[in-house]
Amino acid sequence: MHEAAVAQDLLEVICKEARKQEARPVAARISCGQLNAINDEVLCFAFEAIARGTACEGMTLQVEHKSMQARCSRCKDVFDLNLAEARCPSCGVDDFELLPDAPLVLEEIEFDKE
Amino acid sequence: MEKVNVGKRILSANEQFAQQNSQLLAQRRQLCLNMISSPGSGKTTLLVRTISDLKDELRMGVIEGDLRTDIDAQRVRATQAPAIQIETQGACHLSAKQVNDALEQLPLDALDVIFIENVGNLVCPSAFELGENGKVVVLSVAEGDDKPAKYPAIFAKSKVMLINKIDLLSGGLVEFDIERVTTDARRLNKSIEIFPVSARTGAGMPQWYDWLKEQVRQTRR
Repeated sequence: MHEAAVAQDLLEVICKEARKQEARPVAARISCGQLNAINDEVLCFAFEAIARGTACEGMTLQVEHKSMQARCSRCKDVFDLNLAEARCPSCGVDDFELLPDAPLVLEEIEFDKE
Repeated sequence: MEKVNVGKRILSANEQFAQQNSQLLAQRRQLCLNMISSPGSGKTTLLVRTISDLKDELRMGVIEGDLRTDIDAQRVRATQAPAIQIETQGACHLSAKQVNDALEQLPLDALDVIFIENVGNLVCPSAFELGENGKVVVLSVAEGDDKPAKYPAIFAKSKVMLINKIDLLSGGLVEFDIERVTTDARRLNKSIEIFPVSARTGAGMPQWYDWLKEQVRQTRR
């Protein structure tokens, strides 16, 4: 449910960028890590609701989820962590260090420029 | 159509307030812990007991977050400790701005430790930094031993896991595998400290108190 707060912040940043570009935003791509706990459907629904009546009305959002990464304690390999099968794919050890999670980032906005 | 690269952090306004809080606390060398759990895990009972048991050793204050009511703040104030209640009016987490405002209302000069009791929710509060020194996740045995596997974020980010209500384990009232929880939590977070406690009977609480006092010593350095 914290997606509502994320959507609000996103709306403010995109509206500001739209004023700068003097163009209508039609789509945006954001990226996030696993620990941001973002549910796409909830975020898109919240965004759609608060965007009504603003420059962002009707925009589509695309969310790119970045994998959690870990470093194996034995072979030091960095790998994408799958929580269901949490072990190093190279040496099979389940002893690893979790690397910092990807932050929540507005990567790109697509504008309709005439 | 034209694509524009933005590369801007979302929730950066929250992060700025979190940084302000963190700087304020660092200047004052005060320990601030963000307590996160599901509703009903016993966070308030745990805090009230901690404050009462350590009242001659540490001066503690609490920032309480709930959707509605100041029931929790009243429970804390009954111990004579100061408490500020934040009613989020439905929001599922505390924000760094709310904590910033609450810190201004607390008598900081008279405190060694500030606890933030977040809104009862195992998901959303873990995504909002408040400027704390560390997060403490409270998991009560009645919730089940699958929580670190199901809600990894908060267990990955916490300094401590308090497994509360262990008094319910005797007599087989509740099935809960402490070893499973420990393995699952350590898989996400090797350095997480784990203390099985009962805030009701006091079992296991001294280990938590030792950790807390050590953190206060380190923060003062």
